Amino acid sequence: MVVSLPLMSVTVLQVLWMVVALLLMFTGLSVVVLSLVWLERKALGRLQLRLGPTRTGPMGLMQPIADAVKLILKEDIIPNSSDRAIFWAAPVIVVLSAFMIWVTIPASEGLVLRNLELGLLYITAFAVMGILGLVLAGWGSANKYGVLGGLRSAAQLISYEIPVIMVVVAAGMLAGSLDLRVIVASQDQIPYALILPLGMVVFFIAGLAEVGRTPFDIYHAESEVVGGPFVEYSGAHWSVFFLAEYINTFAIAALVALLFLGGWSWPWDTVALAWLPSLPAWPWLGPLLSVVWFLFKVYAVILVVFWIRGTFPRLRIDQLMAFAWKAMVPLSFYSIVITAVYLYYDWPGWTLTLMSLAGLGIVGYIVYRRMTAPARRVAEVKARQAAQLAERRASSQAG
Amino acid sequence: MLLNMGPQHPSTHGVFRMVLWVDGEKIVDVEPHIGYLHRGSEKLCEGEQYHQVITLFDRLDYVANFNNELVYCQAVEKLMGLDVPERAEYIRVILCELNRIASHLLYVGTIGLDAGAMTPTMFAFRGRERIQALFEAVSGARMMHNYFRIGGVKEDLPGNFEQMMGELLPLLREDVEESDRILTFNEIFLSRLKDVGTISAEDAVDFGFTGPCLRGCGIEYDVRRAQPYSIYDRFDFDIPVGLDGDCWDRHWVRVQEMYESLKIVDQALEQMPAGEVVSSLGRRLIRPPAGEVYVRAENPRGEIGVHLISNGTDRPYRLKIRPPSFCNLSAIKHLLRNSWIADSVVILGSLDIVLGEVDR
Repeated sequence: MVVSLPLMSVTVLQVLWMVVALLLMFTGLSVVVLSLVWLERKALGRLQLRLGPTRTGPMGLMQPIADAVKLILKEDIIPNSSDRAIFWAAPVIVVLSAFMIWVTIPASEGLVLRNLELGLLYITAFAVMGILGLVLAGWGSANKYGVLGGLRSAAQLISYEIPVIMVVVAAGMLAGSLDLRVIVASQDQIPYALILPLGMVVFFIAGLAEVGRTPFDIYHAESEVVGGPFVEYSGAHWSVFFLAEYINTFAIAALVALLFLGGWSWPWDTVALAWLPSLPAWPWLGPLLSVVWFLFKVYAVILVVFWIRGTFPRLRIDQLMAFAWKAMVPLSFYSIVITAVYLYYDWPGWTLTLMSLAGLGIVGYIVYRRMTAPARRVAEVKARQAAQLAERRASSQAG
Repeated sequence: MLLNMGPQHPSTHGVFRMVLWVDGEKIVDVEPHIGYLHRGSEKLCEGEQYHQVITLFDRLDYVANFNNELVYCQAVEKLMGLDVPERAEYIRVILCELNRIASHLLYVGTIGLDAGAMTPTMFAFRGRERIQALFEAVSGARMMHNYFRIGGVKEDLPGNFEQMMGELLPLLREDVEESDRILTFNEIFLSRLKDVGTISAEDAVDFGFTGPCLRGCGIEYDVRRAQPYSIYDRFDFDIPVGLDGDCWDRHWVRVQEMYESLKIVDQALEQMPAGEVVSSLGRRLIRPPAGEVYVRAENPRGEIGVHLISNGTDRPYRLKIRPPSFCNLSAIKHLLRNSWIADSVVILGSLDIVLGEVDR
């Protein structure tokens, strides 16, 4: 049976399959989020001289499930003064845009819901959609902290969207495509992290800001705006925001892995591939291994994200914006320029590495100097004070 | 926009309330509201016998209980002309300095939280817990010790005190160093605190700043040195001072003070003699002669003053407390104007107020 639509014709079976696949993706991502919640609590606990959850299940593995049950069973409070429609729509928008990104992110050569030629464009487009949800959430909850947080998120996410897109463009130029599978395939020899380290650093930092993780967790800063856009949300609504946040973090980590760490290609890929097909009994082993390897890389990046959260304080909004426009945006443009030069003149790969490291070094040095200026001043004054003290002691001894 | 911050806000350090007039992210004006924790301590003191007042002083600055007890006991002792046994003085100094470290560690943890870092809190609290475990062994309570007595302390230290201190001090030094390393020179932390909440030395004096907040402005004033009380003139310690009077200088001064306190504790442990811990006069019902006295001491938050008037009965006639946090907090309007919303919590955190003392 064929259903004819104006633009395409699909069979009912295909539609059904699509629905099933979508549901599978939702389930899979939810499981991933549960694992991330557990991992974050454990990793943070270890960083902070704590144990993290230990009571629910072995090693506290059931803790995220208990949390989820608690959140869903909690009373869902909607403030009287809120704009009900917007209040309801905001979490939906946020979570939909988070899930939509994953439609086109491949986990291995074959494991992708819908591979798009312009996959990266689609991803960046939907990443911006989430901002709308946050601003609406802040506005709709009719809370001043919410409004502040929502506007902060708008300013922050839009500023950091630019370096993200620019670096994505640079990676796309290297591969000659915006198709993620092609980008991964073109890294089977050497990952872009080695060719364009600048790109990876900029993408990772801007990505952190994009998903609002420490040190860029300004729009939901606990100690200032008390949760920002989420301040009036409770129970299931709040958990939906939470879900979206973790999915977005996972997406950024996955993109770092796909764009710069070679996705699911493994070291000694060619060697392994040479003997893998000779094991006809396990035709699924190759794909399985690539999924495992991909997840390994993503979780490694995620652990770095958690590590940063366990280490840094948060920036102020003006410092955050200054960092975006004075460091991130120029660096991302620079990465495009050097990539273009490298491609046009067909220089060897290490020249690009060198140029990108040089850019990173210069900007890193400037940022470092600016940030450590007070520290140097204190060191100077301490030295002066110590000298004065020594002088005084010497003179008192002489006297 | 009118933004109400507190009394239920995670970073107003208790039940303090600020009404902020903000223009976008900038603070135009601020109206602080205090009094949510007012218990009428000064009036309550008038109804209690002299020994019973000690418990009320425990509840003023509830993270530096020993220091509060000390200043009250000293006031009554001065009024009575009571001599405190040597050993009791040393016990008091050791406990007060440890309490100063505990209080500053708590400050390091909370300023970390205010600036958005979770981990320093945990690091700092580890050290604080160790100190409190020692306090519990000594006095029977982690906080609200009620251990100092007029004319000494309640009872002698536990037998294994020296051993406990031997175990505690190296760990404590490590804790202090760790919470210093993770935060003080962190680039983001510096950019959040440096040149934020700056106050000039003249303004600081005018507002009645004392303690680390005043020393952060570069004024070398410490009651322990300026008007040595108890036995503080016997120890060798430095008074760290800041330069610019901004939040980071106040932070830096506090961190350095922890090292200085460790130095004092080391020296006191070495010099501590054996002997009585409370003078026999202090065991009886206290009835100071009529008269008045003002005594000051250096609390972790600054100079605490007690103005005690006695009419010869067994209860104080009037007891006025000069809390350091209250005077430091009085500059909040001056400090917050034209700063960012995010700065407000950092500035408040760097003043390191305790509402139990502000509201009394």
